[in-house]
Amino acid sequence: MMTEQAASNRKQVALALAVAAVAIAIIKLFTPLVDLRLPEGQGLLPWADALDSFFNFIKGDIQNERFGLMHITRWISEGPLEFLLDTTANLMYGKNRWPKIGPVPWPAIVASVGVLAYWLGGWRLTFLALGTLLWTALIGQWDLAMQTLSVLVVAAPIAFFIGLLLGIASWKSSRVERVLKPILAVLQTLPFFTYLLPAVIFFKVGPTAGAVATIVYAMPPMILMTALGLKSVSSEVVDAGYMSGSSRWQMLTRVYLPSARTEILVGLNQVIMLCLAMVVLTAFIGMPGLGAKLLAMMNSFKIGRSFEIGVTIVLLAVMLDRLSKAWVMKQPEHFEKSTPWWKKHWALLTGLTLFIGFIGIAQLSADAPHYTLTEGKKQGNVLQYMWGISDEVHRTQGLSQGKSIDKAIKAFLEIDSVQATTNWIRGFLIVDVLIPFRNFLLSLPVPTIVLLVAAAGYLVGGLRSALVAGGFFVMVAVSGWWDRSVITLYTVVSAVTLAMIIGLPLAIWAARGAAPPLTLKSGVGPFLSGLAGWIFTKIPLALLAAVVAGSYHFFSGQSETMNFLAPQSVSLYLFVGVFLLLCFLVRNWRRDSVMLAIVDTAQTFPSFVYLIPAIMLFGINDVAVIFSILIFTLVPLLRYTIEGLRGVPPEMTEAADMSGASRMQKLFNVQLPLALPTIAIGFNQAIMFAFFMVIIAAFIGTQDLGQELQRTLAGTDLGKNFVLGICVALMALTFDHIIMRWADQRKAALGLN
Amino acid sequence: MTAQPVIAARNVWKLFGPDPKRYFSSLQGGESFEKIQAAGYIAGVRDVSLEVAKGEMLVVMGLSGSGKSTLVRCFSRLHEITAGTIEVEGQDIAKLDERGLIELRRRKMGMVFQSFGLLPHRTVLENVAFPLEMRGQDRHERRKRALEVIELVGLAGREEYFPRELSGGQQQRVGIARSLAIEPDIWFLDEPFSALDPLIRREMQDEFLRLQELLGKTIVFITHDFDEALRLADRIAIMKDGAVEQIDTPDRIVMDPQTEYVRKFTEEIEKSRVVMAESLMIDLAQLNGQSMAGDPVKSNRTIHELARLLINDQRPVFPVADESGQIIGGLHRQSALDVLLGEEK
Ligand SMILES: Nc1ncnc2c1ncn2[C@@H]1O[C@H](COP(=O)(O)OP(=O)(O)OP(=O)(O)O)[C@@H](O)[C@H]1O
Ligand SMILES: [Mg+2]
Repeated sequence: MMTEQAASNRKQVALALAVAAVAIAIIKLFTPLVDLRLPEGQGLLPWADALDSFFNFIKGDIQNERFGLMHITRWISEGPLEFLLDTTANLMYGKNRWPKIGPVPWPAIVASVGVLAYWLGGWRLTFLALGTLLWTALIGQWDLAMQTLSVLVVAAPIAFFIGLLLGIASWKSSRVERVLKPILAVLQTLPFFTYLLPAVIFFKVGPTAGAVATIVYAMPPMILMTALGLKSVSSEVVDAGYMSGSSRWQMLTRVYLPSARTEILVGLNQVIMLCLAMVVLTAFIGMPGLGAKLLAMMNSFKIGRSFEIGVTIVLLAVMLDRLSKAWVMKQPEHFEKSTPWWKKHWALLTGLTLFIGFIGIAQLSADAPHYTLTEGKKQGNVLQYMWGISDEVHRTQGLSQGKSIDKAIKAFLEIDSVQATTNWIRGFLIVDVLIPFRNFLLSLPVPTIVLLVAAAGYLVGGLRSALVAGGFFVMVAVSGWWDRSVITLYTVVSAVTLAMIIGLPLAIWAARGAAPPLTLKSGVGPFLSGLAGWIFTKIPLALLAAVVAGSYHFFSGQSETMNFLAPQSVSLYLFVGVFLLLCFLVRNWRRDSVMLAIVDTAQTFPSFVYLIPAIMLFGINDVAVIFSILIFTLVPLLRYTIEGLRGVPPEMTEAADMSGASRMQKLFNVQLPLALPTIAIGFNQAIMFAFFMVIIAAFIGTQDLGQELQRTLAGTDLGKNFVLGICVALMALTFDHIIMRWADQRKAALGLN
Repeated sequence: MTAQPVIAARNVWKLFGPDPKRYFSSLQGGESFEKIQAAGYIAGVRDVSLEVAKGEMLVVMGLSGSGKSTLVRCFSRLHEITAGTIEVEGQDIAKLDERGLIELRRRKMGMVFQSFGLLPHRTVLENVAFPLEMRGQDRHERRKRALEVIELVGLAGREEYFPRELSGGQQQRVGIARSLAIEPDIWFLDEPFSALDPLIRREMQDEFLRLQELLGKTIVFITHDFDEALRLADRIAIMKDGAVEQIDTPDRIVMDPQTEYVRKFTEEIEKSRVVMAESLMIDLAQLNGQSMAGDPVKSNRTIHELARLLINDQRPVFPVADESGQIIGGLHRQSALDVLLGEEK
């Protein structure tokens, strides 16, 4: 525990550093000499060049036959890896490669995944899986989705196994752990462009590079989870293993790994989710699939199609997440002794039967005419249409509504009040907030910022932290990319600040949980808040009802004759009916549970899709960048704030109640202080997310490190790419260090844990 | 004891802490538990020397945290000891290499764990068969053997259940079955019956007694239950703060506590249930001719069992006979009554 003395010492030193920082800023007004700023792109030393020659050295030279890393990586990428990718590509979307039997007809895949979902998690999961895959197929994105997933099914298992092995190694040997830890920390903060370029250079453009970048990106949590799981195997189980005379190998494979099953599968879940996020992002190096299509659609501002692709990606993400989580939860079940074998393996048998059955149907229907839905209906009924698509959904047969969504969105945005609002936000933010703030940061002398960061470091962790934090920023300063780094920093700080302003009150409101009865007695404010809560908890139900009614509206043919909202529309009444029915069935949902459910779902969305609403609302400018980061970072903020507040021990709030505290007093004197360490962790994650997203936002057009990084992708400038990436990582790590130290100290001081 | 002991521990120490070996070398010997604790170490086992003979059942008792489990773990080398030696059948186990240790555990030792230590991902059957599997027995045989012992512990019909689907007592029985499956020569039982109901507990005790008598198993048994200890023990060791306070036959522990702690520990026991005629008996030579008429009493009867006789029969001295009926000494009625009713104050 820190003594009072040490704490006040720290405060004084930190204050001194801060004063020095301000002094330098003031001096700069008179003489710019103190602002030790290097011109852009020229580091104190030629780091990039040095790194380049280093990379060139280890790379080797294929043309001049100088052996190096490149020989190995090229062998892998042209040998086993490419083979695997080609095979899955052939099976899943019919790429013309060995074994040349694909593509497997989509209904066969849909049906087997459906059975798998039922086996893992019952009807709800089946509903989700079938819904997702049917949507993907019918909307006409099956091939795109399979292109994306064909890389995922190769990358995820590889990342899983390498992660597992490294996890075991770091559990076995503390030396390996010590080496891996900092590497993983950097890997987790490195912007993804920095994964991409080396992957391209070493592993050849296209799916192989995409797969490699994905594997590296998805591995760290697997390593951490494996090591964690192995460490937490109960010691008596281990002893029992030893006393049974297990050898080392037997201990590992029959005692440790099976006992750590849960953590390992949680690791797998994260691997899958990160793989999906990264595969989508590899669009930036020309990987075909959903990501590439989304990129193209956004480039040409086809918001409707982008929206549809976004929905597909989101649905796939949610499906994969829930399926793998269901696997984590699924405990082995026992059968009574006399159970016949087909009962034990019913899922496998049903799956196989359906799989083969649908392949057969596809064979039979291969020559059937490819009606569109409308044509099919004219021929008599929808069955004609279904028969036609049972092997493949042809281009014309997709049910994409891109154009009409476009129209609807444009119409919405052109509503005067909407336009006025977005315009006002855009104008106000850019002119009055963002640009002044950016210019202010850029005008600060380099030593001022370094000293301020060091002061923060000193405050939370003494000399060591001050050196780490200050040192990291000095490294950024001497890299030659200071201005761009500051712009990145400005974007991150602005977005996270806005997210806090919106997120904290929202989370506090949601964390109040069960809504009080709706009466006007206690005033208009509480009534409105209660009403908002009531509406809020009904959102998921309304969504579900909308899906049901919407499907009916579409497939019944009503969509061709009348508007959904028209008073004669059956769909509208269907919507109301289903909604009321659902409200009746699930009555007591709490705000916090609903909010957490929404946040949990949003958390699985690949970062890329957060760009869609941003561009939709604000077009292509700084506000869109900030907005996309804002909603992305809102997720961890909301989540941790709610959990922090919910985690306050009830006896403490009760003590406050008994002392006669008002709700506000209780919030500010008891709940918030106790929840603060947890909120800080959420804040930290928000910052990490922001540093990640700001790089993706380079797509919208920024002037920061991300933009420069994206440019390097076109060339072979590994050195520069690396330096830029490290700048981002260093800034992120500084925040991470300071915030986490602070949170740990608070926790210790409060006696939590 | 002439035959070689199965387990021989000499000056065994087990310290927990950052660098126990180094800290131990700075000790003079005989430091108190508190002093060691003040230095940031916990003395799990403190200078323990004892021997366990073949076919003997040694019961270890002591308060929670007194180091019973730790001692037993040292015997099976689940803990590396800080100092001293432990020999199992004359072999210093600290010197065994990995292979040797695995062999020792596969061929000789078995253990039942305090909190069961069942593998969560395996069914009852697979858990019980686990040690057999490690030894490389073939599937069919180990299944047969496992089913046998599962039947024995009364879990027939639950072979396919997973541990989490069983009650605490049932889980404990799986742990017992697992160690029964290999019938080891040396058995370490760490509170093996703590979660069982009295009926099954008695059955299990009988089973272990039977095995011990029939097959000459050596057993180290930890329990908190005096009745159990008295029923099973050849000798009892009482531990406090990692050290063995006294190790002796049950009646000597009760009649002749060596330390204040042991006396307090055994205070509550009804002595007449422990003390046998034999231990109050006076040699024929010392009786110098007092009359010893009438039926003799058996030397291995407890005073409690003789109570009715002691009250009804007025003879001042009872002759004591051994198993074969041979008179080996005499029992003063007064001293026996003292044990039965408590001494007159
Ligand atoms: N792995 C360990 N690391 C550190 N200390 C330990 C460890 N194992 C046991 N100890 C300590 O050694 C002491 C003896 O523990 P042990 O488990 O042997 O007690 P016990 O006599 O079996 O108690 P119980 O009757 O509760 O089972 C305790 O103070 C315990 O905290
Ligand atoms: Mg114990």
